[in-house]
Amino acid sequence: MGYRIKKGILYLLLILLAVTCLLPFMLMVVNSTRSGAEISTSFTLIPSTHLRENWEIMFGYFNLFKGMLNSVLVAVPATLLGVYFSALTAYGLAMYKFHGNKVIFGAILVFMMIPGQLSLIGFYQLCTKLHLVNSYIPLIVPAIAAPGTVFFLRQYILSSLSSSLVEAARIDGAPELYSFHRIVLPIISPAMATMGIMGFIGNWNNYLLPMIILNKNDKFTLPVMMATLRASLDIVKNQGATYLAVTISVIPILVVFCFFSRYIISSISAGAVKE
Amino acid sequence: MLGTRNKKLTAYNNWGYVFVAPFVIVFLIFSVYPVLRTLYLSFTDLKVMGDANFVGFANYKRVFTDKFFWKALWNTVRIWGVNIVLQLGLAFLLMMVFSDVKYKMAGLSIFRVVYYLPNLIAATSVAFLFTTLLDWRYGTFNIMLNSIYKLLGMRYVPIDWLGNTATAGHTIAVIQSWMWFGNSFIMLMAGVQGISKDYFEAAAIDGAGRWTIFGRITLPLIRPIMMYVAITSLIGGMQMFDLPFLMSNAASASYGSVQTVMMYLYKFGFTAGTIQTGYASAIAYALFLIILTVSVLQIKLFNRKE
Repeated sequence: MGYRIKKGILYLLLILLAVTCLLPFMLMVVNSTRSGAEISTSFTLIPSTHLRENWEIMFGYFNLFKGMLNSVLVAVPATLLGVYFSALTAYGLAMYKFHGNKVIFGAILVFMMIPGQLSLIGFYQLCTKLHLVNSYIPLIVPAIAAPGTVFFLRQYILSSLSSSLVEAARIDGAPELYSFHRIVLPIISPAMATMGIMGFIGNWNNYLLPMIILNKNDKFTLPVMMATLRASLDIVKNQGATYLAVTISVIPILVVFCFFSRYIISSISAGAVKE
Repeated sequence: MLGTRNKKLTAYNNWGYVFVAPFVIVFLIFSVYPVLRTLYLSFTDLKVMGDANFVGFANYKRVFTDKFFWKALWNTVRIWGVNIVLQLGLAFLLMMVFSDVKYKMAGLSIFRVVYYLPNLIAATSVAFLFTTLLDWRYGTFNIMLNSIYKLLGMRYVPIDWLGNTATAGHTIAVIQSWMWFGNSFIMLMAGVQGISKDYFEAAAIDGAGRWTIFGRITLPLIRPIMMYVAITSLIGGMQMFDLPFLMSNAASASYGSVQTVMMYLYKFGFTAGTIQTGYASAIAYALFLIILTVSVLQIKLFNRKE
């Protein structure tokens, strides 16, 4: 076999795999425009005409947009707090020599390796004691202490920020926090963006913790709401509506991905190489 | 002169406390305390309400003799095993294809994005999508298979992919590999791209073939990353919860074959009616000890090969 034929076959396989990645999503979008009867008798990638009907059935069960709004209320503040305070901590650890610096960094390394299940029960107990069940506080405030993000930003600061910049500002009499906000943040903003996008996706998709902390319907974030859908929708009758709900739940994250896929890929790559 | 300078430096360095203070406070309250609290509870008999009495290692004794725990552990390992072989295997093959010095495949940045896509979607949406697609009677997947069989003149008996004990675990494993192989691929590829071009050029000048280059340069140099991928996926995999939890139901026949350790923990930690907080805490720490042991063994094994 010639070089070109072999190369062609390789491309064909790669494309086939790409189709496997996309096909479920295509079926999802197409099926959300078809009626339950159509879906259960044949499959096709040609849209049908039942979108409106499915839309009405789905919103008859619950309001997905309310869930989306709740997810925004959790994911946006959690992400912003997480990135800002991680940058603050990372800068503190990287640039100042003080007692306990090494201890804190050690604790960060340890907690990066500790599985989340170890804290789950204690965390829930703490929230009960502080009357934080059904509140968004336990889903937002802990983001301030994100060991992985601090670790990543600390490495970034050490490799990209020269301390002479800050020292020059000191000589000019600039306060420390002022230098941090005006000099350091702009320099490390690419790394912060990367961590922010990954953090947003993680917060947006988080399921186990919100499910444990929230138990009122009107507080549910999108993933928790999606999970209750299964119990409430009769799949046989309403497959089209089911697919529509999933499609709508997926759209926000796809939009984020369209704009930021470069950052996402680079952060995974960086995570692997840093190690 | 020097004294004042030092004093000033110390004064500056004290700012470090201000910078790390918010982190430390939140970290102590929401990370350190819960972990220690779980540890304490694992030595008590706390149920839903009432006092926690110290019971020593009773909960641990119970975990390690609980056949349902071992069954759950076996389910977790089995599903993870199938998942990781497919996921890493596929990522590895893709890495070989894209790093091949002879074929020089183009389009990496596009393929990478497409392969990563399933990773982004919330587990609840993925679970819901696939439960519907894989529905025994009305799901699109069985209908697709049916038409293919018909085309070939054969009869297809619909398979209940998620309801059948023989297939449920594997089905979930395949879906998880579908979700995560792109992530592993990007990590491996990052490793390959981090290798200095000089090595490849020098090898080419020495007349090394592409398999020699792959075996002697690429493979040894991406070992640390493969190790990293293997360990993180082990830690994540042993905590597997979302997909098996969302794609099974307690009433189904297959439930016993897909209940993972985390689902078992969830049962005693958070499911109304079966809450035994002390026991659930012990399950959490027992799982942690198992993960720790296996990770250490994994690291030892990996290092010995060198």
